Amino acid sequence: MDITPLQQISEDQWQLPATGKMRAPVIFYADRALLEDMDDKVREQAINVATLPGIVKASYVMPDGHWGYGFPIGGVAAFDPDEGGVVSAGGVGFDISCGVRCLLTGLQVSDVEPVKDKLADALFANVPAGVGSTGHIRLDDSEMTAMLSGGARWAVDRGWGSREDLARTEEHGSMRGAEPQHVSQKARHRQRDEMGTLGSGNHYLEVQRVAEIFEPDIAYQLAIAEDDVVVSIHCGSRGLGHQIGTEYLREMAIAAAKHGIDLPDRELACAPLRSEVGRRYLGAMRAGINCALANRQIITHLTREVFSDVLPKAELPLLYDVSHNTCKEEEHVVDGVQRRLFIHRKGATRAFGPGHPELVEQLRDIGQPVLIGGSMGTESWVLIGTTEGMALSYGSACHGAGRRMSRHRAKKQWRGSKLIKNLAHRGIIVRSVSMRGVAEEAPGAYKDVRAVVDSADRAGLARKVARLEPMVCIKG
Amino acid sequence: MASWEHFPHEADIGVRGRGESIAVAFEQAALALTAVVTEPHLIRNAEQVQITCEAPSLDVLLVDWLNAVIYEMTTRSMVFGLFQVTIDGLRLTGKASGEPVDRKRHEPVVEPKGATFTELRVSRDGEGQWVVQCVVDV
Repeated sequence: MDITPLQQISEDQWQLPATGKMRAPVIFYADRALLEDMDDKVREQAINVATLPGIVKASYVMPDGHWGYGFPIGGVAAFDPDEGGVVSAGGVGFDISCGVRCLLTGLQVSDVEPVKDKLADALFANVPAGVGSTGHIRLDDSEMTAMLSGGARWAVDRGWGSREDLARTEEHGSMRGAEPQHVSQKARHRQRDEMGTLGSGNHYLEVQRVAEIFEPDIAYQLAIAEDDVVVSIHCGSRGLGHQIGTEYLREMAIAAAKHGIDLPDRELACAPLRSEVGRRYLGAMRAGINCALANRQIITHLTREVFSDVLPKAELPLLYDVSHNTCKEEEHVVDGVQRRLFIHRKGATRAFGPGHPELVEQLRDIGQPVLIGGSMGTESWVLIGTTEGMALSYGSACHGAGRRMSRHRAKKQWRGSKLIKNLAHRGIIVRSVSMRGVAEEAPGAYKDVRAVVDSADRAGLARKVARLEPMVCIKG
Repeated sequence: MASWEHFPHEADIGVRGRGESIAVAFEQAALALTAVVTEPHLIRNAEQVQITCEAPSLDVLLVDWLNAVIYEMTTRSMVFGLFQVTIDGLRLTGKASGEPVDRKRHEPVVEPKGATFTELRVSRDGEGQWVVQCVVDV
């Protein structure tokens, strides 16, 4: 990206002042190298977001910003309904509430190493992954409605988890304000066979070792220590979320002119928060969030079943569950005034600081865990939200490494079977139905997640707590 | 000449179809969509699915068409290797031919989530060929 027009505020903060149709500046949180590595489209998309009605303070780009659709991935923006603010289906994306959850195991690397292959096979056999896989749970229409209203709480009520899991999930496992009546029959149909499935692409289930601790006190309070084994799950709202995104994006793109919104890019499709379609989308999107929370809760249950079979002494309490494609109504202090705003996080993780009332008591003193997904063969991270992050980015941080190479190029550059062999030499077992899928998700196709996390840490968005390395990867 | 290709997008993938008529270009774009999932030549075109859609403009019709194909792929767990499209004004009638996903034979790579308005174009090139394209979220 050409950074000439940007004003440098600090090593990891840059500003593009509002000009032309922009209603707010763009603020980038990234160091020079990360910024220069971003596509020019990231700047263009962040500027487009800054032109939307009712935007408050700035259009933000996280250190993992990359070219998305409408919003950049790694984009954060807040809108005020009292100022004509909008909700954007493009600003949430197709995979509503895609996110990461991390489970502790109580095991050490030495416990898992001897049974790693057996564990990989059992997880691959029992957690549906990849195109054409179907879940073990079929929902009729009334159960589907109950799931869309209840989220992970619904799943726990049916025996797929515990009350403690809910305390460690954003929204306490159940997104308020979901309106399943605004989720179409097509979206429900698309989800019929997909409850408890990982999906495909960059979605995965990984068994990971804690390789390094950066904040011993926080790590202690999160019950993680070096050489511990954890399990991370990355997936979202599956076909239901994709269909909600598809339908509302089209409707909002077509209706934008009627609402007097001049869309610089139709993919930014949005509607006033107080419009009929805006309200309907919020209700459907929140139901989509519940679908993602329920989905990850069911996969958690399947994972626990596998561990109880292969490693019976394991217990798998939830460390935390974060979502990184959402629009949420939150209270924030802006220029000394408390305001209710709608925060879009597109490929960005909520990262509330210490003392936030949304956090359960055990986390209130330390802040919200922020889970940064890696990709097969690369490291993942646990960070913690900061007080200053609340003012810097509405309590938001990065969500992953971000691609540096298109699927198109990755497919030409790598062979899946060779990658799997190379990763096996490094002690990482990969299970996948598709060798081409493995090639497209090659570790080398992603940016250096460490550079992204270091930048987020220096910028004050979130602090590094622990680095995780993969041992087993079940590719979606 | 009818053809399809992928074009790069940083996070996802672009699908492009070309043809002497707009209908052929739409068919080719759908083949490009299939090729995101598996190699089209691996598919036995044994079963047919009818698809119709209508939109306020030709480019939205392309998004609707590809999304309709995605919907049929995911809800029927099928892949399609042949498409036949008729376009009458802003109304599309299509037939997708394919078979249920065979994970061993097709080795499906990734499931498309939706066709987007990003890089969306329906236009004619300098030689009069129709070129239709958009980015697909995967």
